[in-house]
Amino acid sequence: MESPAKKLWREELEKAFHELPPRQKVFTTLSGEEVPELCGPEDVQFDYEKDLGYPGVYPFTRGVQPSMYRGRLWTMRQFSGFGTAEDTNRRYKYLLAQGQTGLSVAFHMPTLMGRDSDSEYARGEVGRCGVAVDTLRDMEILFEGIPLDQVTTSMTINAPAAILLAMYIAVAEKQGVSRRQIGGTIQNDILKEYIAQKSWIFPPKESMRIIQDILVFCTQEVPRWNTISISGYHIREAGSTAVQELAFTLADGIGYVQAGIEAGLDVDAFAPRLSFFFNAHIDFFEEIAKYRAARRIWARTMKERFGARDPRSMKLRFHTQTAGCSLTAQQPMNNVVRTAVEALAAVLGGTQSLHTNSMDETLALPTEEAVTVALRTQQILAEETGVANTIDPLGGSYFVEYLTNRMESQAMAYIEEIDRMGGIIRAIELGYPQKEIAEASYRYQMALESGEKTLVGVNKYVMGEESPIEILKIPPEKEEQQVRRLREIKKSRSSRDVARSLQALEKAARSKENLMPVILEAVKAYASIGEICDVLRGVFGVYEDPAYF
Amino acid sequence: MADARKARILIAKPGLDGHDRGAKIIARALRDAGFEVIYTGLHQTPEMIVNAALQEDVDAIGLSILSGAHNHLFPRVVELLREKGASDKIVFGGGIIPAEDIPALKKAGIVEIFTPGTPLSEIVEFVRKTVGT
Repeated sequence: MESPAKKLWREELEKAFHELPPRQKVFTTLSGEEVPELCGPEDVQFDYEKDLGYPGVYPFTRGVQPSMYRGRLWTMRQFSGFGTAEDTNRRYKYLLAQGQTGLSVAFHMPTLMGRDSDSEYARGEVGRCGVAVDTLRDMEILFEGIPLDQVTTSMTINAPAAILLAMYIAVAEKQGVSRRQIGGTIQNDILKEYIAQKSWIFPPKESMRIIQDILVFCTQEVPRWNTISISGYHIREAGSTAVQELAFTLADGIGYVQAGIEAGLDVDAFAPRLSFFFNAHIDFFEEIAKYRAARRIWARTMKERFGARDPRSMKLRFHTQTAGCSLTAQQPMNNVVRTAVEALAAVLGGTQSLHTNSMDETLALPTEEAVTVALRTQQILAEETGVANTIDPLGGSYFVEYLTNRMESQAMAYIEEIDRMGGIIRAIELGYPQKEIAEASYRYQMALESGEKTLVGVNKYVMGEESPIEILKIPPEKEEQQVRRLREIKKSRSSRDVARSLQALEKAARSKENLMPVILEAVKAYASIGEICDVLRGVFGVYEDPAYF
Repeated sequence: MADARKARILIAKPGLDGHDRGAKIIARALRDAGFEVIYTGLHQTPEMIVNAALQEDVDAIGLSILSGAHNHLFPRVVELLREKGASDKIVFGGGIIPAEDIPALKKAGIVEIFTPGTPLSEIVEFVRKTVGT
């Protein structure tokens, strides 16, 4: 039964629409989900204590820490890497001097794919979309003058994650910092590589074995390291909807927890070191609801499905990056505004760390000026706007809670579907998430083409010739420099140590022995990432793109 | 009499980057527009792309790259086509490509470069005009 007041509103609404019809027949989110014109108490069913509760308390809908940003602001962590290790080391020192609070390494494509800079696959790619790292020498230069007991470092590295983690440990130990002290994250999320980002090397089962080895090794030896950053970011960038991002990411998370348990670990021994990474797209409320739903689903899944007892295993901690795919090459200054709105959604959604994109990133890697504006955007949000002064300010908003509930049930439907298929690895083998994303991405493109969705400066408010903005250029000489360095290292290292460590690696790969200690030996002998991956490619084989479209 | 054979287009991803959202959308839009589309999948060397183009006897090759390696990889594809006596195949490309790189790419034989935000209809129209249906 509607209240008299609500009835009165409906009558008034009809009159208003009679005079001025609605702007659109249907209002939808960016993901194409219908949005009601108004939400009220009757649209949101929740038991406050059970479904929302308090920050830092199960089910963590309102945040994972009891004090949230009152204690400490989110970590401002700009993803950065280009050219050689020297170039990127300078950028890191600049960013730290500007008030950035954590590091985040972008590696160039050959490193991501386990190839050396002198490989035929690396031609034209060296230092282009990240920093070139071939051997431990590059990592030593990359972190030169940066005390690894004082910063935390996130490394976006997946298929070769074990190797880069080993290099980081080796650099820290050379600085006199023990592996028990270092803190940071490797992305190490291979499942979303098959689903979306596509920087894979080995087939799924072999990849999961490497991940199990990392989980076991870090649980015993690198206790402050976040072993997997389970990532929805790339799923969204590949064109998924918000619900698909949420569902496939959590399904990947479930896959990793199962893998850890199958490796013989107690769930509470490794689950607290799993973290997440989400996209912040432009549909403000949909994004905020996504983060809140993610926390609640994860908490319940960990507790009810996996029997976790430690609340830290149930807390979904996450990094956020604003949506690269929301930026436009046209009128690039507009990207500053888009990024600010997306960053605000991440903050209101309770993120633990944040990367804000730079305005020039649809054209090239960001210039120092552009990345400074991006960092300042976070600082303005944190220190001027007041949004960080109270915890979960949108909690209890009828609309946000309505969206949170709806996204939770839609995501759960996907997760159940994946369970029915036999789990996420099977679903990936069947191409299920890949095809769902390709479908959604095409649908959105069609909505842009028809003008049903607006992209300012692209399909509306278009301007003619624009004066180009300044962009960062990577000189082609960087490739020669890097190849030269690699050759020098190959000449100066002990080839006997390299050969011996690579043989040990092959033996370990063929057996059930943990790969981490042998990889550590190999990187310390200055074996290159290409050499190490070639050994593993020989044992494990390679994954081929099923090329769905 | 018009040739009943549909024009064949190879959509290819040279280089190591995995950003295939654009390539797949283009592949699908061209298929929906009535072309025969072959998609190579990811991580292709220029040699692999040219081999696929010859094997599949395509009329045009669309290259997509977002890693910044276009200045090397795009011209290399054209060069290899020339070496194999297949320079009649039209090569076009797209991706994160700064405006200032475009003149040199065109000079190297890439017929057209499409940058972010290009409407699909424009690309389909281009293929229709240069390749025919």
